[in-house]
Amino acid sequence: MSHHLLEFKDVRFRYPDGTEALKGVSFLVTHGESVGIVGANGAGKSTVLLHMNGYLLPTSGAVTVGEVPLRKETRPDIRRKVGVVFQNPDDQLFMPTVFDDVAFGPLNLGLPPDRVRERVHEALRQVNALALADKPPHHLSGGQKSAVAIATVIAMKPDILVMDEPAASLDPKSRRSVIGLLNSFAHSKIVASHDLDLILDVCARCLVIRDGAIVADGPAHEILSDATLLAENNLELPLTLQGRTVREGARR
Amino acid sequence: MSFETAYSGIGRLDRLSYRDSAVHRLDPRAKVVATSLFAVAVVSFPRYEVLSLFPFFLFPILVAALGDIPAGFIARKVVAVSPFAVFVGIFNPLFDLSRVAIAPGVEISAGWISFASILVKFALTISAALLLIATTSFPGICRGLRRLGLPALFVSQLLFLYRYLFVLLEEAMRVVRARDMRSFGKQGTGMKVFVRIAGTLFLRTVERAERIYGAMLARGFRGDVPSMRRETFRPSDAFFVLASGCFFAVCRFVPVPRMIGRLVGGFTG
Repeated sequence: MSHHLLEFKDVRFRYPDGTEALKGVSFLVTHGESVGIVGANGAGKSTVLLHMNGYLLPTSGAVTVGEVPLRKETRPDIRRKVGVVFQNPDDQLFMPTVFDDVAFGPLNLGLPPDRVRERVHEALRQVNALALADKPPHHLSGGQKSAVAIATVIAMKPDILVMDEPAASLDPKSRRSVIGLLNSFAHSKIVASHDLDLILDVCARCLVIRDGAIVADGPAHEILSDATLLAENNLELPLTLQGRTVREGARR
Repeated sequence: MSFETAYSGIGRLDRLSYRDSAVHRLDPRAKVVATSLFAVAVVSFPRYEVLSLFPFFLFPILVAALGDIPAGFIARKVVAVSPFAVFVGIFNPLFDLSRVAIAPGVEISAGWISFASILVKFALTISAALLLIATTSFPGICRGLRRLGLPALFVSQLLFLYRYLFVLLEEAMRVVRARDMRSFGKQGTGMKVFVRIAGTLFLRTVERAERIYGAMLARGFRGDVPSMRRETFRPSDAFFVLASGCFFAVCRFVPVPRMIGRLVGGFTG
């Protein structure tokens, strides 16, 4: 199914202030793949994500979604295919009530009211947040906000789901339910995070970005168990692979 | 009043508006129209009128009772903003010195009466406005205003104001807390620090606005905030508007207190 492809071909990007954030990024994500993107702070993860739905346009190189090349004119089309969940749910949830927020995307797609209502209910049910429909976002807990933020994007039925730190600052239980949620989606998924255990649980493949270029690309369990590679990128082994016991840590 | 108590006051008003009661269930348009009629009726009284205004208190009292809104909370809010009204009217007793008899043998300057009239009108309109907000969710009011013909742009502005008021206030509260924790007395509370805090908050807001705009674009925003109709104007809403309208008209044009006075006088005399 070629329409679920996402391809970066030698993408370079320079911010207006001259910083060269991406120095030739190339990769291909195929249908149904789940890909983690990891790297140190400032390595270029967010810049890569912002190219996926055309919020930024490459200075040179090409981004292709399905068969559509990313250009200024094709952005609305690309945004329909690629749903991005941003890191801070307070930025993602800008409408006065949960219902309005989840309906925002489908309404912009020009769906009739009945279909919109259906989509909103379906998306909220999928993230177990149907009971929150009439609440304003500022009455929600952090975990609820994250769940609703994901619902706002899946209500648009994107082919590819892109997430920036989907579980940052969540308590362990909420984090676990977000992981369960992500695993329940059949979409192609791209997740950028410092939470390497989450990547290990959700993604089959992992990219490592350093200084605006991809330095490793392979099966997640291989990449995330390579202690040297991780250390070079300000990362460390996922906790589940560290093999420490509590007593060992406490004795030190 | 400290920053945090002011903030929790707004938060409480907001939480009240999501309760469920007969008043909360009314269509927002009905409540907006009734409250506007109420304000017009109250303000239209001549400046020396005090007594005739009192029957109007029945409206906020009934709304508070039926809407399950604690009257004390609303009263405290009215008192908190009363300095505005006091300053508007405070000079009336000094400038308006003509004498008026209010009871046999008791004369005061007319200025006092107009001052009292201003205070009563203020208490009435502000409590009605607060009750409107306490019994109608803000998004509901905005939808009501939109469907009453307010331009979409203004309504979107109000909605964003409401959505980010709490986010911004919480951010400000965290910064103020951080300052207080490290200022050990008065050093950190000066004007200079305040100006810098305001500057920081402004820059953060600009950055946030950019991220929000990005999130809106990502979901297909093209310049118009869409919204779905949810409320239907039911017979009970029409009845509410009609009944309160009639009540205001009666209170406005029939001197109710004087009639009651005459009635009571008739019994005792």
